[in-house]
Parts: sequence; C-alpha cells; structure tokens
Amino acid sequence: MEFFLQLFVNGISIGFLYGLSAMGFVMIFKSSSVLNFAHGELMAAGAFLFLALVTWAKLPIVIAFLVTLVGSFILGFVVERLFLRPLIGEHLIYVIMLTVGLAAMFKGLLLLIFGGNLHTYPAFLPENLAIRIGLIYVPPEYIASFIIGMIFLLLFGLFFKYSSQGIYMRSVADNQTASLSLGVHVRRVFALSWAIAALVAAMSGVVLGIINGINVHEISAIGLKVFPVVILGGLDSIGGAIIGGLIIGLLETFTGGYISPSLRDVVPYGVLVFILLVKPYGLFGLVEIERV
Amino acid sequence: MRRFQFHPCGNFKERYEEELAIFETDFGRLWLCVGLLVLFAVVPLISGPYTLYIFNMIGIAAIAAMGLNILIGFTGQISLGHGAFFGVGAYAGAILATSVGFPFLLAVPAAGLITAMVGMIFGIPSGRLKGLYLTIATLAGQFIIEYVLVHWESLTRGTMGITLPTATIFGIELSSDRSFFYVIYICLICMTLLAVNLVRTKYGRAFIAIRDNDRAAEGMGIPIFRYKLLSFGISSFYAGIAGAIWAFYMISITTEPFTLGLSVEYIAMVIIGGMGSIAGAIYGAIFITGLNEVLRGATDIFMNLGISAGIGLNVAALREFSFGLIIVLFILFEPKGLAEVWRIIRSNFRRWPFSY
Repeated sequence: MEFFLQLFVNGISIGFLYGLSAMGFVMIFKSSSVLNFAHGELMAAGAFLFLALVTWAKLPIVIAFLVTLVGSFILGFVVERLFLRPLIGEHLIYVIMLTVGLAAMFKGLLLLIFGGNLHTYPAFLPENLAIRIGLIYVPPEYIASFIIGMIFLLLFGLFFKYSSQGIYMRSVADNQTASLSLGVHVRRVFALSWAIAALVAAMSGVVLGIINGINVHEISAIGLKVFPVVILGGLDSIGGAIIGGLIIGLLETFTGGYISPSLRDVVPYGVLVFILLVKPYGLFGLVEIERV
Repeated sequence: MRRFQFHPCGNFKERYEEELAIFETDFGRLWLCVGLLVLFAVVPLISGPYTLYIFNMIGIAAIAAMGLNILIGFTGQISLGHGAFFGVGAYAGAILATSVGFPFLLAVPAAGLITAMVGMIFGIPSGRLKGLYLTIATLAGQFIIEYVLVHWESLTRGTMGITLPTATIFGIELSSDRSFFYVIYICLICMTLLAVNLVRTKYGRAFIAIRDNDRAAEGMGIPIFRYKLLSFGISSFYAGIAGAIWAFYMISITTEPFTLGLSVEYIAMVIIGGMGSIAGAIYGAIFITGLNEVLRGATDIFMNLGISAGIGLNVAALREFSFGLIIVLFILFEPKGLAEVWRIIRSNFRRWPFSY
C-alpha cells in the first residue's frame, strides 16, 4: 500500500510537470496551429539559462528566476520573428520541418555550451517544505514545483479570462479569419503566444531541473513526451494538457513500479498510437469537421 | 535514324510522351552515361579506402533518403521514424543472415519486404489521420521500434549487437570497400530507376494528388488509405534495403545508431536535396554525408589546436547544430532544396544571354 501511494504521489508530480510543459505547447498550437517539435529544447534553454544565472552570474534565486522568465519570453519573441514569421501561410510540412530543425539547432547549441553531462542547481529549497504522512514522503522539490505550477495556472487562467491580449488570443484560436476582420492584430498574437509558450517552457524546465537535475538529452526527451500528453488531452485544450499529463505521469510510474522500469519510457507512445487510432482528437480536443 | 536533340528551345511539347519523358533532350542522357562511366570505371580505381567508404555511405544514405522522399515529397506524409525503419532493415538483414542463413542476395530484398510490412503497420493510423497527427504517430513508431530492438533480446541480442557473415554474391566475397561500392551503386541505380518510373505511373500520380489535396483526390476516386499505406510500404522498403546493405557493409551492428537523430538526418537530406525530387535525395545524401565528414575533420583540427581543448568540443553536438541550422536556412531561403538550385543554374545556362 505504501509503495502504491508513493508511486501515486510520484506519478502525480511527474504528471503535473508533463502537464505544465504541455500547456506551453498547446498555447502555440491553439493560436497558430504550429506543432512545435522544439518545445523540449525551449524547456532546456530556460533551465540552462537559470543554471547559468545561478552558478555563473551568482544571482539570488528569485531574481535569477525572474530574469530567466523575462529572457525566455524574449527568446520566444525572437524565435517567432526570425523563423516562424516568414512561414505564415506556408504549407504545414515546412512549418513542422522548421521546428524539427530548430530543435536540432537548439539542442546542438546547448550541448556545445554546457556539454552532455548532468548539471544540478545548488540546493536552495528548505527541507521543512517536505510533507511526510506515515511512510509517504513528498520531497520539497515536488511541493515547490506544485506551488509554482499552480501559481502559473491561476495566472494564465486570469490572463485568458480578463486581459485584452488573452481574449485576443482566444479569439484567434477560435477563428483566425473572423478575428482578423474584427481588427485583432493576429501577427502580434502569434508572437505573444510564442513568447508566453517559451516562458511556460522555461518555467517547467527550471522546475524539472530542480527535481532531477538538467541534462540536455533528458529534457529534450521529456519535450517529446509532450506529444502523448497533448494527444491524450486534446491538442487545443489547456485543461486537457494538465489532465493528460496526470494520466500519462501516473501510467508511467505505475508501469515503472509494477511491470518493468525499462517499459516506462515507451508506454506513453503506445498509448499515443492507441489514442490516435481510437479517438484522434483526444479527450477534450475540438473535433475538426472538414468541409470541401 | 532519329535526330539527336541537344538544345531545347522552349516548351513546345506536342504529345503526352514528351511531357512524361525523363530526359527532355539527348544532352542529359549523354551526360548521365558519361557520369555513370566515370562512377563505375574511374572512381573505384583512383580513390583510396577512405574515399570509397564515404562514397558507399553516400550511396546507402541516398537509397534511404529516396524512400523518405517518396513519402514526404510525393505523398505529403511526414515521417519521423525513418531512422528506426532503417534499423529494422539492418536487423532483419542481420537476423536472416545469421539465424536463417540467407545469402546476401536473398537477405537484402527479404529485409526490404519485412521493413515494408513494419512500415505499413505504422502507416495504419494514416487511415484516419493526416498532417500533424500522422507525424506524431510516426514519432511514436520511432520510439516503439527503438524499444523493441533493444529489448527483444531473443531475436536481436539486445545491446550486444549482431556480427554478420561476409556477404557473398555467386561465390564472390564482398570483403573490400571496392566490391561493396559496385553493389551499393548498382542497387542505388536500380532503386532510382524504380522511383523515377514509379512517380510516372498511376501510383505516383495518385501520391501527388494526395499530397496536393487529399480530399479532392478522394473525390476523384483515389482510395487514399490504400495509397497512403502503399506509400508507407514503399518508403520503408527503401529504408529496409538500405539498412540491410549497411548492416552487411558494417559487419557488426548494434541498436545504437537508429535514433530520432538519424531520422532527423534523413529528413534533413530530403529537405536539403529537395522535397518531391528523386535526384534531390541523392544531392541531399551527398551534402549531409559530406557535411558529416567535414565536421568530423573540423573537430579533429580544433581538438589538435589545443586552444579549445578545454571547451570539450564534441562532434555530435556540432553536427546536430549544423543539421538544425542548415534545415532552417534551407526552409527559409530555398524550400525546394538543392534540386531547385540546380534547376535554376541549368536554366540560366540554357537561357543565356537572355535572363528571362
């Protein structure tokens, strides 16, 4: 029973992280219909930026975190401007291939600068943040990631509900042509959604780094795990991303715990194929009806 | 006797056969013959083992990239699992050669067929999905195949790898780079012929129709699911053939190389060479394989300089970065790839001194 509960806790916290990283992914897809294969690399970029600020520039943790968020926001902007803007209206293949290329580029660059080894942040979380119920132990990193994630979820909820930019983003997601004719600056919305997605990615990258250290290969592998999550939850549903993340996370830890540790990395993809065959638009995704 | 045509003067085609002709004039045909003569008679004699090795790698990569180009460039289905299919081919060839005792000439086509089967299984989602969903499905295929290759130990011997017997054709041992050179390039030429003619048949036309507008294609009575599956099968067949030849050439194989990175490498070949161009796959293979070697050389030089020894420059990272950069630059500035560059150069010569 303890083993079960411990796996459950681990699954929930890993799943929550998957959900968070999937959120940034969904944001880009929702507003611009771009499938971003470079999402894991954006996460890694944020995590390494934080690492550089903390260990090289020796900034205090909070300031480093804020600078990371601002930096990745700008990064998202620049990426959209330089690489995605020229492709607006181009065929889907080119856009997907471009993000595949961007992923390789970012990954190579990070590998060149930081190498392929595991890096860890200096410990800064107080141990009394940990929760201990009976034999179940929830480490402080998980609690911290949960708090950070919750804060961001709340902020995004408010942003999409009340701010004008958030409403523009929702309207563009809903119907691009209609929002264009109503005077929404669609290009700015695209740029903003990339910037926000990069910010969310960086945030989840940092949280991931706090939990199990940062390694370019590992983080980009987690970036690829976004796909099962979003397919399960529905490509264009932010809530679906979180729920899909939780399901995938739980599934992964339980397979790892009860069946075989080596199977845990491949189970999400098996689920992915299954979902694609059975319910391609996921649990909460919008079913596209095509008319000729 | 028919008159040889060497210089076209505009687009004056009167019959469908002229539209369908592979060579517009005899000029291209002549140069192709010269090129093949140089390739088979001169290159193997004057080049050393290292150059031949690179040539062989280019040949193998070109076969695999050609298959991917049929899938991406002609049918419009993006596959991120081509590296894994290449691996399936390599393993199928190796297992057939070691456990079943198939000779080289039988093992390679059989490996191609097995890979085609596997590819078609992963193409099944294409019945309901398209575009990005299908891309994700092939991504899942990549990971699942990788997992199976590593963990199905009774069949693939896991991470231990398989050592293949020396390939023989009619009793002649293929033990040198030179003998493999002939095998690989004869195979490449056959596969090119097959591909060029395939895209001129009704199957190729159907592929192109599906790429351009799948619903319109369906409306015209093309059974798109069947054709998409066929396209997956053909592209995996190419990957399987290339993988099996590679396995025989390498003598011993492990599960390591067949990662997502390899798939991205093949995608890079297709994009750089030119999507939807058979010759483009060859250009892309030459470019990427050449780039690999240049980067390896460059890192060696940097390592030996001593100044940058502390940076710990590694080839893999540099390679990944340059692949990414080149893919991005090609998509932004020349989305049709080297095939288009070549066409522009050629038509400039043809139209000289009038620029338009």
